[in-house]
Amino acid sequence: MHKKPLSKQIYDARWCYLFVLPCSILTGMFVIYPIGMSWYFSLLDWSGFTKEAKFIGLQNYYEAVNDEFFWDAFIRSFIFMFGTVPVKIVLGFIIAVFLNNQVLKLAPFFRTVIFMPVVTAIAIIGIVMTFVFSPFNGPANKFLMSTNLTSAPIDFLGNPDTVLPTVMGVYVWKWLGITMMYWLAALQTVPQDVYDAAKIDGAEGYRLWIHIILPIVLPFAIVIILVEAVGALNVFPLIETMTAGGPFFSSEVMEIYIFRTAFVTDSGTMPRLGYACAAGVFWGVAVLFITVLQGLWMRRTRRI
Amino acid sequence: MSRYLNFIAEKNQVKYVIITIAFIIFSFFWIYPLLWVLSASFKTDFEIWGGLGLIPDRLVWENFERAWFGANMGRYFFNTLIITVVSVIIVVVTTGMFGYVIGRYSFPGKKILIGILISTIFIPQGYTIIPVFDLLNNLNISKNLIGLTLATAGHTPVIYILLFAGYFSRVPVELEEAAKMDGAGFVRTFISIMLPLTKPVVATVSILQVLHAWNDFLLPVVITLGNPDIRTLSVGVYAFKGEYFVDWSGMAAASVITILPIIVLFLFMQKYFVEGVQGAVKG
Repeated sequence: MHKKPLSKQIYDARWCYLFVLPCSILTGMFVIYPIGMSWYFSLLDWSGFTKEAKFIGLQNYYEAVNDEFFWDAFIRSFIFMFGTVPVKIVLGFIIAVFLNNQVLKLAPFFRTVIFMPVVTAIAIIGIVMTFVFSPFNGPANKFLMSTNLTSAPIDFLGNPDTVLPTVMGVYVWKWLGITMMYWLAALQTVPQDVYDAAKIDGAEGYRLWIHIILPIVLPFAIVIILVEAVGALNVFPLIETMTAGGPFFSSEVMEIYIFRTAFVTDSGTMPRLGYACAAGVFWGVAVLFITVLQGLWMRRTRRI
Repeated sequence: MSRYLNFIAEKNQVKYVIITIAFIIFSFFWIYPLLWVLSASFKTDFEIWGGLGLIPDRLVWENFERAWFGANMGRYFFNTLIITVVSVIIVVVTTGMFGYVIGRYSFPGKKILIGILISTIFIPQGYTIIPVFDLLNNLNISKNLIGLTLATAGHTPVIYILLFAGYFSRVPVELEEAAKMDGAGFVRTFISIMLPLTKPVVATVSILQVLHAWNDFLLPVVITLGNPDIRTLSVGVYAFKGEYFVDWSGMAAASVITILPIIVLFLFMQKYFVEGVQGAVKG
């Protein structure tokens, strides 16, 4: 059978085009167009609130790469990623292995509890956590003092040394439920007879874990790492509501930096949308680069 | 079929009890911050900072009154509700249609379309927020709920489309042919034959979008910067903290107003939450 001419093919598929149209328009307006525009804006000297905008080429980029706050935020974003993702992956796996026990009658209840922070609005968690970790009688400090773990209250969010680890801990708490669900899905793909064999206690059981079960779930691990890594770079709501990047910018990750340079005026800086876009584009390209790198790694590992 | 590794042998009661107790203690600490804010919403300010106990002396309902009326959370509640419901409808209809065509038909340009979609998966929201803000301003819909709702629906995760496409592609061809025999056209086949079959996916996508729309922060905080009237709950509580930062109990009540509806929904529809979340790694 010979192929129909293209015009006929297109005409026959007219309903298909009509059906993809609404979603394409929305995605075009709110995803594709903004990506294009942010490249253009990044070349402007523009506050965003007036009509005056001056084309200045790559000057915004030049300024960004010479700003030490920019690089601090850039690096901090990656510290955040490398500090949280491994913890989530390992902790999520351990919990999933336990909760994958059919015998454990309360497993569904534990799953629900661990998943609960995931459905809670992130901004609310950020705000509530500023109370929980308050140095003035906050529950965290109360608990530490009453159990004599510390003698003086710790200013978790007010001290530049403790603020980032605290926010990272809250982040892990908030999203661990998702990691656990990913792992539970992965563990469900292991054949039952492998599990039956792994029941054997002692050395042989552990060997089965390392040589048989882990290789089966490894492809999942790679997808999970990829999803988690990108997720850990998108932490704006949590940090904005918990610390707004403070104290003294010590928890300012990339997204906070962009938001601060684009909108926030109470730190005395002028809003500069053009400059913020340049920082955003730089950041977006860096994230994309990492994603592609991981994607390639994923493909290679899956083929083996 | 579910598969389990029962490495806790049923005979080994001691191990079983120890693991259960360990998880109960762990669960309590895990959930404590949420219980704490719930209990704080019924306490007086003085009592909140008094101790670690969770049971209030008496239920101070005035906290909720202050939050609902004084801090305008009532208005923000309905804003959030409208944005959530309308964006769910938009998202289900548009991604359902898209997924149907992608899952069942081939047509010129399909590969390009899928390629563009996939490439947007990992675009961070922060990357597009400024032009979105500018776009809504230019379209003159940044000062009412229309713009915020559209933008909330527009930042649609590709996963919804993939969920629909995967499901539609598994529907047997015979069903469609039978519909054609009856003289049903493209649209009628979709609405009366196909759509009813995908109820589980509709439920999963709806729940994921509810979760996203209700809890979103970056987009509404930017869009509502100059328009307090169209704030959502999350933004409202954040503004509350800035404006009345000494009213702890009122803020706790506002937080509870924001998070309780979703937690209740989650408890009743857990299955769909889990399916939606797991869909991301299974695909």
